Amino acid sequence: MSLLDRPSQALSSGGMTLRQAWGLAGLLAAAVLAWLVFAAWPDWLNAILISKKAFVSAILNGITLAGLYFLVASGFTLIFGLMRNVNLAHGSLYLLGAYIGYEVTNRTGYWLLGVAAGFAVLAIVGVIMQVFVFRRLEGDDLRQTLVSIGISIVAADLMLAVWAGGTYQISTPEWLDGALTLPVITAVRSNGASVFLTYPLYRVVVLAAAIVIGVGLWLMLHKTRVGMMIRAGVDDRAMLQASGVNVHAVFAIVFAVGAGLAGFAGVVGGSALSVAPGEDVRYLLASLVVVIVGGMGSITGAAIGALLIGLAEQIGLVYFPTYGIVLTFVIMVVTLAIRPQGIMGKAR
Amino acid sequence: MSLAISTPGATQQNWLEKLGAGHIILGTALVLYPLVASDFFLTQIGGYSLIFGMLGLSLMLLAGYGGMVSLAQITVAGISAYAIAILGNNNSNVLGFGWPWWLAVPFAVLAAALASALIGWISVRTEGIYTIMITLAIATATYYFAQQNYAIFNGHSGYAGIRAPAFWGISWRDAKPFYYLCLGLAVLSYAAVLYGSRSTFGMTLQAIRDNPRRMRALGYHVTAHKVFAWLLAGVIAGLAGVLLVWFNGRVSPGTIGVDAAIDVLIIAVIGGIRHPIGPFLGALVVVLMQTFAIDIVGAERFNTLIGMVFLVIVFVSPDGILGLWGRIKPHLAQEALRPGP
Repeated sequence: MSLLDRPSQALSSGGMTLRQAWGLAGLLAAAVLAWLVFAAWPDWLNAILISKKAFVSAILNGITLAGLYFLVASGFTLIFGLMRNVNLAHGSLYLLGAYIGYEVTNRTGYWLLGVAAGFAVLAIVGVIMQVFVFRRLEGDDLRQTLVSIGISIVAADLMLAVWAGGTYQISTPEWLDGALTLPVITAVRSNGASVFLTYPLYRVVVLAAAIVIGVGLWLMLHKTRVGMMIRAGVDDRAMLQASGVNVHAVFAIVFAVGAGLAGFAGVVGGSALSVAPGEDVRYLLASLVVVIVGGMGSITGAAIGALLIGLAEQIGLVYFPTYGIVLTFVIMVVTLAIRPQGIMGKAR
Repeated sequence: MSLAISTPGATQQNWLEKLGAGHIILGTALVLYPLVASDFFLTQIGGYSLIFGMLGLSLMLLAGYGGMVSLAQITVAGISAYAIAILGNNNSNVLGFGWPWWLAVPFAVLAAALASALIGWISVRTEGIYTIMITLAIATATYYFAQQNYAIFNGHSGYAGIRAPAFWGISWRDAKPFYYLCLGLAVLSYAAVLYGSRSTFGMTLQAIRDNPRRMRALGYHVTAHKVFAWLLAGVIAGLAGVLLVWFNGRVSPGTIGVDAAIDVLIIAVIGGIRHPIGPFLGALVVVLMQTFAIDIVGAERFNTLIGMVFLVIVFVSPDGILGLWGRIKPHLAQEALRPGP
């Protein structure tokens, strides 16, 4: 009865289905956003949202931060999705990558070499962790998590011993310095000339790198044989093992990619922001929230989650600075209340 | 507890037996401890261990009986500590309503219990290992919020100048009264948890831990039982928070930081989460290490040491020191049964 009722109601109310309504709402939102970004703002809007420059900068910073969060969280979500292993040392991997990137860049003078070293060294560290630590505790996810906490404590303390408490900045090469003028008008001068928004080139490159890596990961997961095995493992690990796949090799690959991405993000993030003790906790929190919101084991979910959290953090920073973190928290709670498995997560 | 008090003198033998020799010896030792201990050992070791033992106990209640490993217990304690600072007196010139202790303490514990129930309600939406992630996210977010926010939490510096009250002619800030205050509340919560674990509610909670689906099919409200367990754990953590803020005389975001959250987990895991005595044992070991390891490895590398001990415990004995003991004991019993040479 109710099944038959629903479509007719929808048709009679507006002549369209729920899906179409959502699509229309999305289009409208996109149009409003596009207008907000590209049009010159009237005074009343400037009065509400401080200034157009502040608003657009917050959005852009949010999106680039989301790129960084995505790089860190994608490894976390892959490792969790496949191995049920909540690696709470993931933030430490990020910080270690940043320090290694700093050392290599400083000594060789080549930033790209630092980025490569950050990825490679952390990939090796990841494989070592998987083979020597987590494989021994397979199937016991609580103990794996406890061990990862222990590792993060020891790692944080040893990194403090080696690099002390100071703040480091990884120097970027000259070709990444400078600013990009965007076709976004922030204000109109009295003589009629438009003032365009400028944005650091480096941050745009970070965003581009995150998108390229995200697409690459998606292609790897959906178009290659290893990716197929990983996805099969996320769905049913025992069945994958039974069909003759060496799951431990797959686990090692996933851990290498996940940890390597955390190290890569460390170098890239350490160049945009700074490297200091405590950053490990910040990026661990970001990974946790991104993955809780986006859904475990889903790359698309990690991208959506990262975008939400990055935007919330930066918009919060501009408009309600002392309550900014509450916005992140609310997003997490609302997601858990409506969809406990996360936006793209599969119910188990 | 109430059983022990209401039993008439004639059956005294009976309840002494019920209490068990271990409890009596331990209780006597703890009551007599101030006779031999200096003020430093009384508060910095004794009182501090009991406070963190209570925090560990609130985690043990959730993890051991409910199967929910929480990293937000220090956050709950922090809420009651901040509530004491805000409702009572502090010398940071922010808020401080000047309520008397007998009004501020119940409100602080109530706030902590409600916050704990809320955290529980959020985290029981998912199961298993998700709990640890969600509670860690909540603990970290609260820490950053306390650091950023000046209107309620007074930002980075927090609140200072909070004093334990003086009543019944006793200044509870002094070493001996404070030790007995900690001991009294710790024993009360320990006995409550032990008694509660054998109550209908405790049994139901343990059954839910073992098989939530079956319990749901039998008609039990699984979520309500879990959230109620969070509320009870919140009361214990809230009491510990009150003691903690009186002990330190101050509360700041550092008190509820991620390090502290992990410390509570370490204490519970090192001690063992199968029995309520475990967290107190763990707290004593960790506090002793914190105090004396400085002489061995130096103050800077303490975290490496404690992290290593934690890793070894997790690898060797998942049930902590209690688990080690339990593994040795049947062995000893068998030795004793063996005929002599």
